[in-house]
Amino acid sequence: MIKIEELSKSYNDFKVLDNINIKIKKGMIYGIIGRSGAGKSTLLRCINGLESYDSGSLIVDGVDVKSLNSKEIREFRKNIGMIFQQFSLLSRLSVYDNVALPLRCWKYKNSYMDKKVKELLDIVGLSDKIHSLPRELSGGQKQRVAIARALSMDPKILLCDEATSALDPKTAKSIMDLLCRINQQLGITIVIVTHQMSVVKRTCQEITIIENGKAIVNGPVNEIFLQQPKALTNLIGNKDISIPTDGVTIKILLSDKNSKKPIVTTMAREIGIDFLVLDSELDNYRNNLLGSIMINVDDKHFHKVKVFLDRNNIAWTFVDNGNNQVN
Amino acid sequence: MLDSAFFQEWLRYFNGIIRPAIGATLRMVTASMFFAFILGFLLAIVLVIYSPHGLRPNKRIYGILDFFVNIIRSFPIIILIVAISPITRMVVGTTIGEKAAILPLTIAAAPFMARIFENSMMEVDKQLIEAARSFGASDLQIIFKVLIKESIPSIISGTTLSIIYFLSATTLAGAVGAGGIGAVALNYGYQSFNNSILYTCVFILLIMVQIIQMIGNWLYKKFV
Repeated sequence: MIKIEELSKSYNDFKVLDNINIKIKKGMIYGIIGRSGAGKSTLLRCINGLESYDSGSLIVDGVDVKSLNSKEIREFRKNIGMIFQQFSLLSRLSVYDNVALPLRCWKYKNSYMDKKVKELLDIVGLSDKIHSLPRELSGGQKQRVAIARALSMDPKILLCDEATSALDPKTAKSIMDLLCRINQQLGITIVIVTHQMSVVKRTCQEITIIENGKAIVNGPVNEIFLQQPKALTNLIGNKDISIPTDGVTIKILLSDKNSKKPIVTTMAREIGIDFLVLDSELDNYRNNLLGSIMINVDDKHFHKVKVFLDRNNIAWTFVDNGNNQVN
Repeated sequence: MLDSAFFQEWLRYFNGIIRPAIGATLRMVTASMFFAFILGFLLAIVLVIYSPHGLRPNKRIYGILDFFVNIIRSFPIIILIVAISPITRMVVGTTIGEKAAILPLTIAAAPFMARIFENSMMEVDKQLIEAARSFGASDLQIIFKVLIKESIPSIISGTTLSIIYFLSATTLAGAVGAGGIGAVALNYGYQSFNNSILYTCVFILLIMVQIIQMIGNWLYKKFV
């Protein structure tokens, strides 16, 4: 659906995007994550031609975005909806008129417009606010209106630029659920730019981590969160856990296969040892439960632990004193 | 002093001189503001399109327009009227009277209003432009359906401000042959040492400003 190859862009001497390669399959929810100023929003804007790029290619549905002239690009953008962090609604237009704006710009018939707007407001659950003004709505409701507007041209792709960053966690969650529903019901490919890990965990199937304009890591979310590459820890930061200087500290990685089993207590009983539990995390990635447990074992018992874990096919890594994984 | 003879004389001046002058001032302001609004609006649209932060930034076109807008705005109104009197004579046929005043007033007000409208439109959140582009709106659609639509309240208050400013400019034009309430205040009031005429004119101007501001506020509230 979207194929980005060797894409680069610079402002003067500053490389905003540096040799980016990403492939996004149809019907997928894809996350582009990174810190502020990493270039992720610029990359997103290249997809619908709001930003240009210097070299490389960006092919959407078989069309190279760079090859389009200004009239063709307007036509092309009908296929790509976009939502923003600050919702970008016209403050003086009602919910109805905001959603109808793209249809008006493309001169659709009133009867079609009426039907379409009502249908979209039904999807986002705001049918009762049809005549309200944006200032009468909450942040979450505004973003729902923006989503309805973005869907008004029946796009194949929806771009979300920090769409949940201005919302409280609970509202953000409901917006994410709406995006997932839209993705499943309407089959729209969604590209999400965010710095919120909760969004990534909850919605994305695959992600790319962007750091200083470079795509450092890409792949399925659960793999990346299990492997904990450097780029990810750079992004979310290490937890401040004081690692004991004695003994061996390891992190047991729980995949969806064994995350529901009582691994550590079984281990303790089976091999008859004690150890410190330093940290444990368990998160829901779409529908997979993934996590890790960090333990500190006495040097003399470490061998037994290693044998137990390997025998049960449980992945683990060493952790050094600075709370970094050593593979 | 305030006897019936005074009031009779005042009434004579009021009916014979001040009342027609009110009409003349209103006609001059209305006509020049009407033309200046249209010209200023068109100019503002061009400025917004080619502005460095506009829809299609173009340094040359914007630079030239910006330069002319600033030049005209730097003329004190009374000097501008005198300075362009040859042009006025060519277009209108005379340089005195209310008709002759409309041209320089329009020329002075159009860039003034253009700048105000440009600022109003440029104040609209840039993300709205991006959003409109993202669903394929053309530049003209962005101007009319987004920028102007969103800045109507600000355009209304800017217009109110301009009209009040140019009401006083029109009064000033009375000094160089434009007629109207300003000419009466100067000729029959100040120069004839007739304070009652002078302050009557001031009072009438005060009322006019109040009414314009009230209408402006009412429209603003209606559209905000």
